[in-house]
Amino acid sequence: MPVQFSDTALAEVKRLVARYPEGKQKSALLPVLHLAQDEFGGWLSTEILDYVASVLKITPIEVYEVATFYSMYNLKPVGKHVFEVCQTGPCMLNGSDEIIDYIKEKLGIRPGETTTDGLFTLKTVECLGACGYAPMMQMGKHYREHLTREQVDQIIAESRK
Amino acid sequence: MAEQTNTPANLKVTIDNITVEVAPGTTILQAARQIGGDVTPPAMCYYSKLEGSGGKCRTCLVEVAAGSAADPRPMPKLVASCRTPIAEGMIVKNITSDRVQEARAGVVEFLLVNHPLDCPVCDQAGECHLQDLGYEHGKEGTRYEFKRRTFEPEDIGPYIQLHMNRCILCYRCTYVADQLTDNRVHGVLDRGDHANISTHISKAIENNFCGNMIDVCPVGALTDKTFRFKNRVWFTKPVEAHRDCDQCCGKVTLWQRGEDVLRVTARKDEWGEVQSHEGKPGWICNTCRFEKKKASDWVIEGPTKINRHSVIAQGHYLGLKKPTETLPAVMDGRDPKLMMDIHSVSEVNRVDISELPGPATSENFKK
Amino acid sequence: MGRKLLLDKAHVENIRLYEVYRREGGYRSVEKALKSMSPDQVTDEVKKSGLRGRGGAGFPSGMKWSFLAKPEGVPRYLVVNADESEPGTFKDRYLMEFIPHLLIEGMITSSYALGSNNSYIYIRGEYAWIVDILQQAIAEARNNGWLGKNILGSGFDCDIHVQRGAGAYICGEETALLESLEGKRGNPRIKPPFPAVKGLWGCPTVVNNVETIAAVVPIINEGGEEYAKIGIGKSTGTKLISACGNINKPGVYEIDMTISVEEFIYSDEYCGGIPNGRKLKACIPGGSSVPILPANLLLKTAKGETRMMTYESLADGGFATGSMMGSGGFIVMDDRQCVVRHTYTLARFYRHESCGQCSPCREGTGWMEKILWNIETGKGKMSDIDLLWDIQRKIEGNTICPLGDAAAWPVAAAIRHFRDEFEWHVNNPEEAQKRNYGLAHYADPLVVTA
Ligand SMILES: Cc1cc2nc3c(=O)[nH]c(=O)nc-3n(C[C@H](O)[C@H](O)[C@H](O)COP(=O)(O)O)c2cc1C
Ligand code: SF4
Ligand code: SF4
Ligand code: FES
Ligand code: FES
Repeated sequence: MPVQFSDTALAEVKRLVARYPEGKQKSALLPVLHLAQDEFGGWLSTEILDYVASVLKITPIEVYEVATFYSMYNLKPVGKHVFEVCQTGPCMLNGSDEIIDYIKEKLGIRPGETTTDGLFTLKTVECLGACGYAPMMQMGKHYREHLTREQVDQIIAESRK
Repeated sequence: MAEQTNTPANLKVTIDNITVEVAPGTTILQAARQIGGDVTPPAMCYYSKLEGSGGKCRTCLVEVAAGSAADPRPMPKLVASCRTPIAEGMIVKNITSDRVQEARAGVVEFLLVNHPLDCPVCDQAGECHLQDLGYEHGKEGTRYEFKRRTFEPEDIGPYIQLHMNRCILCYRCTYVADQLTDNRVHGVLDRGDHANISTHISKAIENNFCGNMIDVCPVGALTDKTFRFKNRVWFTKPVEAHRDCDQCCGKVTLWQRGEDVLRVTARKDEWGEVQSHEGKPGWICNTCRFEKKKASDWVIEGPTKINRHSVIAQGHYLGLKKPTETLPAVMDGRDPKLMMDIHSVSEVNRVDISELPGPATSENFKK
Repeated sequence: MGRKLLLDKAHVENIRLYEVYRREGGYRSVEKALKSMSPDQVTDEVKKSGLRGRGGAGFPSGMKWSFLAKPEGVPRYLVVNADESEPGTFKDRYLMEFIPHLLIEGMITSSYALGSNNSYIYIRGEYAWIVDILQQAIAEARNNGWLGKNILGSGFDCDIHVQRGAGAYICGEETALLESLEGKRGNPRIKPPFPAVKGLWGCPTVVNNVETIAAVVPIINEGGEEYAKIGIGKSTGTKLISACGNINKPGVYEIDMTISVEEFIYSDEYCGGIPNGRKLKACIPGGSSVPILPANLLLKTAKGETRMMTYESLADGGFATGSMMGSGGFIVMDDRQCVVRHTYTLARFYRHESCGQCSPCREGTGWMEKILWNIETGKGKMSDIDLLWDIQRKIEGNTICPLGDAAAWPVAAAIRHFRDEFEWHVNNPEEAQKRNYGLAHYADPLVVTA
């Protein structure tokens, strides 16, 4: 199946490009890659990157350079739910290490891995700007803050439903 | 860019107590090159013929003791001489500044911490700017005790061999692709200490001027795949030659052994850059570089004068060790084809040099 | 109780909505500026206010605005830096999440002063839900005539766009931010030229922090001179501090810069003291890159004076015995905490976030991280401590952008003030693997004076 944005997504690309001066459509690259990642199952294959290049009329290497630079673009498939747990200093002071260990144990995976049922991916990430509400993690668009073991249990149970 | 311009020289700058007059817009590095000699800071990433280059490697850092005649305050930080323009009355310290010498030794160490130091099997050995730099500005030995970083090998086509482990990320080859070819297919991917030169999809780099990437690469990260009977450069004899070429200037250096043309490169100036001919950079096309491998393809002009800085002239070697092997010793009774095999074994360090007790020698690369 | 200029209305119910914000006096600064002031007069008020950049460097904002080049026929841009990624810092998030119209209002007034007809907010990619909040606020502002063509009949056109980053701390550095906004890798540019001359798409550009731009609203409403009356010396106005770590009440506080560090940590109005009966050990007062201070030097300067929450007082003593206001990320550590481990996580952070362009930062950050890991896990040697010191010294000041310095300073300060803790790890390798180590580097004035 060829990679192709839906009509709504294409309209969004058009809106994004219109925010910049004439000829500066490359500026839309970061938002369009986000859009592509949402649209095509949470990760960006080379095929998708090439498609984004053609949509924005730039060369594929310009897209590769950017997609590999930023940590939010997944260049490999990920699970349905991605737990991105912050492990930087301020979170560490409030027990992020224990939370990470607990999730590892609970899901039986190490950071960077996906459960065999394809449901969960665990990632350790650096400061997400929620240091006062530590320990915390990002799940999709939202943050889960003040994590405890019980809450982790609950989040996992909810996600399994 | 920083090519000679015809504007009258009218800014005075003093570098290590030597005063010169330069045109407005000249950088400290260019001014120092006008003076020449030891006063000139080493440059690993800047390349006067490539727009936008420089500022990255930090080997050319200098101290600005007075910003200008109008504002004689010193600049608080060391500055990259390749990207800092001259102001009237500026006073610069390079070799006369201990701070600069120390910072530069630091930069050299940083550049070497993850470098494979596989000089014994590297095509660039003898004409590697990092080797020269280490010899002139580095300290002996490394304090780095960790496994050196390595990258997966990537095939980038029939002309150019990429040894990412040796790359110092000067970005010069990306500027060549941007400025000399019409379609850049490689670039810098990933970030931080994993940043690497790649095409992402193992695409062949084939544009007719892509071979110039080899000439601008300061280390052995991009080398000539067609270099016949891979050889230490000091065993080959460079001569100047030319041919009529409808694509490029056709002025080259031939690296010969006997009647064989082992390799063709552009001619280099005293700064290790491609020479200019009639004010234009003497880039050469792939046909001249990769296809013309017979002495009869060329009109020979005479032997190349070897830059006195070069290790070829001095016989210097990284870590102050002169090469002890002679060609027959390295060959050890094998035919030249085997040399290539040795090369391919080492090319991405399947031998992990960081685990060797001492400097690597060809011994370590034998089966 | 200190004055609040930014967050005083943040908890009014539904202040996120335009009607409520307007009812509470919102958008008055736009009316005032566009109807009765010239762009230069707005800039002058900002100059008079003494406002200093709230993004970390503390550069006087009015002066920055006056450096903006104004060549004929070339557009100029205001770009708001909402990348907020310095560990310990989460104040801009709070402001945008709770009172988004304040930022939009500040941007319209500032865009008028700078002559920017298209202004951009570059927000870190992880703050995805805040993008929606901002976009909602922008749409409301546009529907009510505060954005678009010929605003309030003044002839001034302005639009605001939100650009989302994608996970890179380095894009908080202003030139990396501009590169990223242009759809490229976040490699900081080599300066000169500065953004004020050649910024976004080669045009003159001002990059300011979210809080800086929000502060323009009270400055215009009350006048620069009034604003400058708050605070001490060159630390004028109010500052948002995001407090985290081992304190009873982590969160974002607006302080007028007249209180002491001690009051900030122990008073119930702010952090509320250290939980679980522990003692204060150390603090990083301005975001992860500024020097850590042991409790005794945090509460009093080396001269024995009370340390205040101001730019000058926090920096008193230079790097030997002082620190910095930085971005206002206030990280508190109690006496259980291990400085080596904390420093290791920061070194890992900076290695992860280096763009990799220049050799000291690309190679040095990873090297420091590896050595710190060895020390933390009991595999270190005494000579490693000196080696660390030497590496950070060779990075500092020798890189393209200040990320190199930001990576070097925390390591330097940790060794400077807590060298014995590093040595303990080397001397007690087995124990170092088993437990966090906290040395008695604390002074608890409330206990001492009680
Ligand atoms: C590595 C690095 C990260 C930075 N991150 C931020 C940031 O997240 N937010 C911010 O406002 N400024 C950040 N800055 C400072 C900006 O470069 C710039 O000075 C600031 O946005 C200017 O705004 P101000 O004058 O209003 O403070 C960072 C600087 C560096 C070197
Ligand atoms: S491959 Fe060579 S030219 Fe290209 S960036 Fe690396 S060292 Fe520089
Ligand atoms: S200091 Fe680090 S982040 Fe800044 S330009 Fe150099 S490598 Fe990039
Ligand atoms: S350290 Fe975890 S969110 Fe900042
Ligand atoms: S030559 Fe100047 S920084 Fe590399």
